[in-house]
Amino acid sequence: MKEKKSLNLLAPFESFVDKFKVPLSILVGAFLIAVPFLGASRVAMRNLVMIFLYAMLGMGLNVLLGYVGQVSLGHAGFYAIGAYTSAILTTTYGWSFWTGAIAGACVAALIGFLLGLPTLRLSGTYLTIVTLGFGEIVLMVLRQWESVTNGNYGIRSIPVPELFGWELTLSNGGFYWLILFLSTVTAIACYTIKNSNAGRTLIAIKEDELAATMMGIKTTRYKILAFVVSAFITGLAGAYYSVINNGYIEPNNFVFNYSIQILSVVIVGGMGTIRGMYFGSALLMMFPQVFRFLNQWRFVIYGLLLVLMMQFRPQGALGWQSTLPYKLPRRAKKALAEREKAKTVQ
Amino acid sequence: MALLQAKEITMQFGGLLAVDSVSFHVDKGEIVSLIGPNGAGKTTVFNMLTGVYEITSGAIEFEGKEIHRKTPQEIVDMGISRTFQNLRLFGKMRVIENVLVGTHIRTKYNFFDGLLRTPRYQKEEAEKTLKAIDILESIGLGDKINELASNLPYGDQRKVEIARAIATDAKLILLDEPAAGMNPAESEELLRFIRELRDKGYTIILIEHDMGVVMNISDRIYVLDHGKMIANGLPREIANNPQVIEAYLGGKREK
Ligand SMILES: Nc1ncnc2c1ncn2[C@@H]1O[C@H](COP(=O)(O)OP(=O)(O)OP(=O)(O)O)[C@@H](O)[C@H]1O
Ligand SMILES: [Mg+2]
Repeated sequence: MKEKKSLNLLAPFESFVDKFKVPLSILVGAFLIAVPFLGASRVAMRNLVMIFLYAMLGMGLNVLLGYVGQVSLGHAGFYAIGAYTSAILTTTYGWSFWTGAIAGACVAALIGFLLGLPTLRLSGTYLTIVTLGFGEIVLMVLRQWESVTNGNYGIRSIPVPELFGWELTLSNGGFYWLILFLSTVTAIACYTIKNSNAGRTLIAIKEDELAATMMGIKTTRYKILAFVVSAFITGLAGAYYSVINNGYIEPNNFVFNYSIQILSVVIVGGMGTIRGMYFGSALLMMFPQVFRFLNQWRFVIYGLLLVLMMQFRPQGALGWQSTLPYKLPRRAKKALAEREKAKTVQ
Repeated sequence: MALLQAKEITMQFGGLLAVDSVSFHVDKGEIVSLIGPNGAGKTTVFNMLTGVYEITSGAIEFEGKEIHRKTPQEIVDMGISRTFQNLRLFGKMRVIENVLVGTHIRTKYNFFDGLLRTPRYQKEEAEKTLKAIDILESIGLGDKINELASNLPYGDQRKVEIARAIATDAKLILLDEPAAGMNPAESEELLRFIRELRDKGYTIILIEHDMGVVMNISDRIYVLDHGKMIANGLPREIANNPQVIEAYLGGKREK
């Protein structure tokens, strides 16, 4: 029952990071905000943007896979729905990016709700196959419904976001700050969800569905909730993607391959963790670039790495359980402290 | 009126009558034991009471209301909670988180309260956390709230399950072999705790193999054998009942 201790060399690092959470995040945060002023190349900025984008996508899938334990092979579908909804609203109907993005996320969430409904009857592997089909159906719709999606030609001239008259682009750092903002808000949201009744409930369902049921948890309802939240985040990320791709999206941007990329971010980084999504994304984005000299061998190496990972660190690179005490709610801490005081007075 | 009343409940699995027209009742504030050899149908009765199985026939009433057509969730909500013979903890969650999951059904703040950390969330989350800590302290796990459930010794894991069941605000708690895997000292302490629960107003149905424990703690005992209720009465009566002795000696030996 005990976890294998052998590979727990990370433990001191883990507790270090856990302990100095606040100063570390301020330091890292300040650095990240300053990045566009450090004179990085366009390519480097583009890479960074993609890392944060995939971290956000990873967090989206993580709500489903990491929290409630449902594998999805069709998240590129939600990604596409967010991107297309936002792109159509901004190009054809003149909406701003901001309202278009929220609409894109909401439409994705609605579709997520509908896709989550089969959880009433299906479970586990079968539902995974449904998600696989879902991704393909979305693609088919994008290709065939030409009057709305413009078919294989895709949507062109998607305007860049504007903030108080300032146009966000890659070169002025706008794209970068926008995804930094979006992914940070997502991370905070995932954190608060995880540390509330809903998050505990989702994880309980993943750990033991029958026991969760016997605690009075309406498991279906919570699985659908996970689908909705996951789709919302993924749709929002899609809306962002629609504006950073030189004003152009097409069905090929959302093929099965991308669902797998999102999945591997979560698995490599560490299911259920938020930090892992950044790491998994960085690894996924950097690997093909750093190992370009290996040519086609790099995919073999990447596959090999994944296999080794599954073997020796199935919880993912940064998938550790915090060794620190449970974080008590502020008021509970206060009440406990008062009790202690009362005891010592007696 | 009895708190719980089972009227000729039957559970058939294919050709097997696991529970055969069994009737019993439990009054408020009692500790009632359900005993019988391996495979007698005890756990099946728990699964019937808690809605895990849809009973084949019969009726179950709790506080005068029929519950045998209700979902497990509705039954928990009405005030029946249980532990499992084969531990079913949320292993990768901390002890306190396990117990907090038990408070889920009484939690009123919604998803957005949790997401945005509204005052409602702050207030209720603190209340529930304190409640979980209180329960854990009362069961002797006050110093282990931060441990991962799966890292605890067996006996402690059983206690976490009981704490989790209490956290649902149940009136009736069903304990399926809670002392299994405990050493004599632990099991003695558990007995004391179960008595304390009764004194606080909880009602308990206990499945237990250890006759010492059963005779010591039960107000009344029901005996199942091959799905049939073969005896019921006070511990003293059961100990001297020839049919019961026969069932235990004649059947497979207990663990
Ligand atoms: N879901 C099921 N499907 C088919 N048969 C079942 C099922 N659940 C229980 N049984 C059978 O019903 C009978 C009673 O089992 P049950 O688990 O209730 O016994 P028990 O009294 O709890 O025994 P033990 O002391 O070993 O825990 C057994 O023969 C068992 O194999
Ligand atoms: Mg049993």
